[in-house]
Amino acid sequence: MRGLVQGVGFRPFVWRLARRLGVEGKVSNVGDAVSIHAAAPPEVLEAFALALAEEAPPLARVETVERTPSRPFRCDGFTIAASAPGTVSAGVVPDIATCPACLAEIRDPVARRHRYAFTNCTDCGPRFSIVEGLPYDRATTTMRGFHLCRECQRDYGDPADRRFHAQPIACPACGPRLALELGGARVPGDPLAEAAGRLTAGAILAIKGIGGFHIACDATNEAAVAELRRRKCRPVKPLALMVRDRAMLDQLCAVEPAEWEALCGPSAPILLLCRRDGAMLAPSLAPGNALLGVMLPYTPLQHLLMEAVDRPLVMTSANRSGEPQIYRDEEAREGLEGIVDGVLGHDRPIARRLDDSVARVAAGALRVMRRGRGLAPAPRPLPPSFSSAPAVLALGGELKSAICLSTAGRALLSHHLGDLDELTTQDAFETAIADYAALFDHRPEAIAVDLHPDYRASRRGAGLAAERGLPLIGVQHHHAHIAAAMAENGWAVDAGPVIGIALDGLGLGEDGTAWGAEILLCDYTHSRRLARLRSIPLAGGDVASREPWRVLLAHLDASLPPGEIPPALFDGLPAATLRAMIARGINVPLASSAGRLFDAMAALLGLAPPRLSFEGEAAMALEALAASAPGTHGFYAFGVVAENGLATIDPAPMWRAAVADLGAGQPRAVIAARFHAGVARAFADAALAAAAEYGARALALSGGVMQNAVLLDHLVARLAPTGLPLLIPAEVPANDGGLAFGQVAVAAARLMQR
Amino acid sequence: LAHGGGGSAMRDLIEGVFIAAFTDSDAPLEDQACFDLAALAAVGDRLAFTTDSFVVDPLFFPGGDIGTLAVCGTINDIAMGGAHPVALSCAMIVEEGLPVEILRRVAASMAETARAAGVPIVTGDTKVVARGACDKLFVTTTGIGVVRAGAHIGIGRARPGDIVLVNGLLGDHGAAILSARGDLALDSAIESDCAPLHGLVGVLLDAAPGTRSLRDATRGGVAAVLNELAEASGVGVRLRELDLPVRPEVVGFCEILGLDPLYLANEGKLVAVVPPEEAEAALAALRAHPLGREARAIGRIVETRPGRVVMETRFGGERIVDMLVGDQLPRIC
Ligand SMILES: [Fe+3]
Ligand SMILES: [Mg+2]
Ligand SMILES: [Zn+2]
Ligand SMILES: [Zn+2]
Repeated sequence: MRGLVQGVGFRPFVWRLARRLGVEGKVSNVGDAVSIHAAAPPEVLEAFALALAEEAPPLARVETVERTPSRPFRCDGFTIAASAPGTVSAGVVPDIATCPACLAEIRDPVARRHRYAFTNCTDCGPRFSIVEGLPYDRATTTMRGFHLCRECQRDYGDPADRRFHAQPIACPACGPRLALELGGARVPGDPLAEAAGRLTAGAILAIKGIGGFHIACDATNEAAVAELRRRKCRPVKPLALMVRDRAMLDQLCAVEPAEWEALCGPSAPILLLCRRDGAMLAPSLAPGNALLGVMLPYTPLQHLLMEAVDRPLVMTSANRSGEPQIYRDEEAREGLEGIVDGVLGHDRPIARRLDDSVARVAAGALRVMRRGRGLAPAPRPLPPSFSSAPAVLALGGELKSAICLSTAGRALLSHHLGDLDELTTQDAFETAIADYAALFDHRPEAIAVDLHPDYRASRRGAGLAAERGLPLIGVQHHHAHIAAAMAENGWAVDAGPVIGIALDGLGLGEDGTAWGAEILLCDYTHSRRLARLRSIPLAGGDVASREPWRVLLAHLDASLPPGEIPPALFDGLPAATLRAMIARGINVPLASSAGRLFDAMAALLGLAPPRLSFEGEAAMALEALAASAPGTHGFYAFGVVAENGLATIDPAPMWRAAVADLGAGQPRAVIAARFHAGVARAFADAALAAAAEYGARALALSGGVMQNAVLLDHLVARLAPTGLPLLIPAEVPANDGGLAFGQVAVAAARLMQR
Repeated sequence: LAHGGGGSAMRDLIEGVFIAAFTDSDAPLEDQACFDLAALAAVGDRLAFTTDSFVVDPLFFPGGDIGTLAVCGTINDIAMGGAHPVALSCAMIVEEGLPVEILRRVAASMAETARAAGVPIVTGDTKVVARGACDKLFVTTTGIGVVRAGAHIGIGRARPGDIVLVNGLLGDHGAAILSARGDLALDSAIESDCAPLHGLVGVLLDAAPGTRSLRDATRGGVAAVLNELAEASGVGVRLRELDLPVRPEVVGFCEILGLDPLYLANEGKLVAVVPPEEAEAALAALRAHPLGREARAIGRIVETRPGRVVMETRFGGERIVDMLVGDQLPRIC
């Protein structure tokens, strides 16, 4: 059996099943598969095979089953054989939220692990976050310092126990212990009860989690939340929440069934949910934000804490503003001084930083926005045609960095590493390159990078390729975005070209200008730009991505006569200087960016401060405003101009209509709604025209802007009736976090073609 | 175009503009300048030799022009080798149609700068090319100098523990050029820092004879120099953002234009790496000189992260100061 079958309790499951049905033989890990020798009467074997598929452990994902008749073999009952050599990656799987059985156990007053914060079993608990080396067993995890007591030893060795061969198992007698430190001194008594008491009284605490520390405080206490923001120098960016259970969640958010399912899943991500009017939360928690990032407890520690405080807690990653999450004990002690009142920690070290995963449900499916704890490192199958492709290492983009390894028809997208303009992220990036190669025994035959010469990842890739004498394959940014959507959705190499709609921030195009709103004709090896949003000058380069008014000015100047641009839009801003820069071409790269178009509209509607305090601030506000407009409102039309084979989608008519609506006193929500509908229609129609012209048989949608649920809904509504398959990212982030996955697919396809 | 033909019109141009500006004597002109070797050998033990071409738009800007730039730039290239500049040559490529008055102004400011620096322009050449074959005026200056005995200065000589100094405020030249080009509607008038640095280097080497590296932070700014240094010396460089001397006007200018002062060109700023025991004396010597009043220690050489320049930001974070491949293409997706 192949697939995700190792490190997920598969062998004991097979053992228990065999016992139950009276099958004799053995089960073992071989390579990345599980091999079963089974002997029984034919009808029992059939029942066994059926049950293997139907009752597989929750975390297992069986991809293929091969059955061959065997010569008679000697056996004595059914046994679990020791792992064969070469089983390199067995057990290096994502960290898993506490399972119901373990939860019941910590709540059971007579159980040995009653209220034990580190309870886990084969079905749950830390995995990737504790792995330090190979082969995966306790000695190569951060649990190696804890020697199993006799009772735990017995649990570990008993195939009938749900802890059989669970490497991180522990109990109060032999496992990790909690400690609460305040002002450097350990607090006597039960750390959990003491911490809960402090939190309910308004204190701010750091809490050690699976992949890093969180900072927690009472989310209903405005003074505490405001103080946390002040100390963390984080004025407005929304803070994530942890809620105890469904009942508490229902008080705060409207939850669809698919959303509840995602929250309760083994990866327990932060999910973006619509907040209810009048939700009892501190006003400064997510000011002006219609969405809340919410998660459920995913460790016994968190379950016990949430039960004790019985109110929603802010659970934001512990870092200094803008820096990566802290995951080492010493760093927490030093780096969080002055930010937290105390630290609820423990003595099980974290092997690597794993941010909480972030996702939302959009256009009917769960869509991952940040792939971290609980999701990485799970390999994904590439389309079948990739099974003979050479191994590739792809290094991704500059921001939301993640690397991807491919081999034998599978791709392993790493966890979210962060933004490479951060020094600590660069270290994590270097570590990940070495770490993943070792853990998954990966020997790349080519390196894939973005075309941008100044991305740190591109430079590192060039260096690696030179050091190892490997080919370096440059992949255009939006080709990678689209290829990621194709590969995730199983589009075969020989299935012909698709039309890609890349709505994105900025990526370097083949013509040396910045792209980000493109209709592309793509197969895995090539992409050709068929249409794009009209380029505008980005005065100040990257600064324009932080200051939406700059983009608004460029768009309006290109679209309206000077007299019709409301001068009040740029009150107090150096508009004259900006116009001079644009006129003289001083640091004004050209860009056809959808992300910046949304920023500009947000600025027109007064939703963007002169300087954004976090990425996505303006775009999120604009989406929320559009979502708040009840009913339908029509759309703003865009123009289309064809210039030697390249269609230009011209936003000028849209801007004129929007400015007129604004002047006429239309509600801003209506303008935002018409804008979303207009963008979707313009790009959907351009894509459909291209699909008809080139005979493309599918449409692929990707890029960071596709995370906008209102936009995606409009696009799907217009495209779905054509019957063409829509390839939309779900498990692979549509933003640059998924770039490496697409780079791998393109590079592998090009290598196969050689 | 007759001026380019080599006939009498050309002769008139050269004599009327350049000879008049650059020489005080009536001695007949030769095709080469000659130097007394014994006199040179008395100053040092090696010759330094460098050349640079100057193409700047606009030709005149606050604080200087293409002529001052050409003289200072070449003097500085010589001085950064620990050498005393002796003489310069000057070659001009003139676009047809450039008013002679402009040439006269450039020649005058070159002469004045060279004279004030005590480094004569002793030979040269002029060509006039058709319209569009060059942009107004290109100037190439070449210089020779004598390296002082005992000075061993090189970009690959920095060692962990060394201190990184600059002689003053950063980014003025780059900001001045851009604002002169752009008519940027900014209130602040920023002037180029264009200046010859050989005198300053002289006092620095007197005070800190162990000086390891010297570079003038021209194109690519301090960031480019430090990256080259880190790479060539196999060391790390640590900067502190709070220690970087930048004029508030330049900071504001950079914010609006989306530029980083660390990457802006300077024409009168050097980066010196000195051993720690000489750092204090070096700083004092720089500060006592008119071109080093705002001198500052901006960082130190470390063992960690060889080849990298790391800046401690004003918020207590750290960021890598990279070398950029091209123009600053946007990186935010
Ligand atoms: Fe992107
Ligand atoms: Mg030179
Ligand atoms: Zn469990
Ligand atoms: Zn135990």
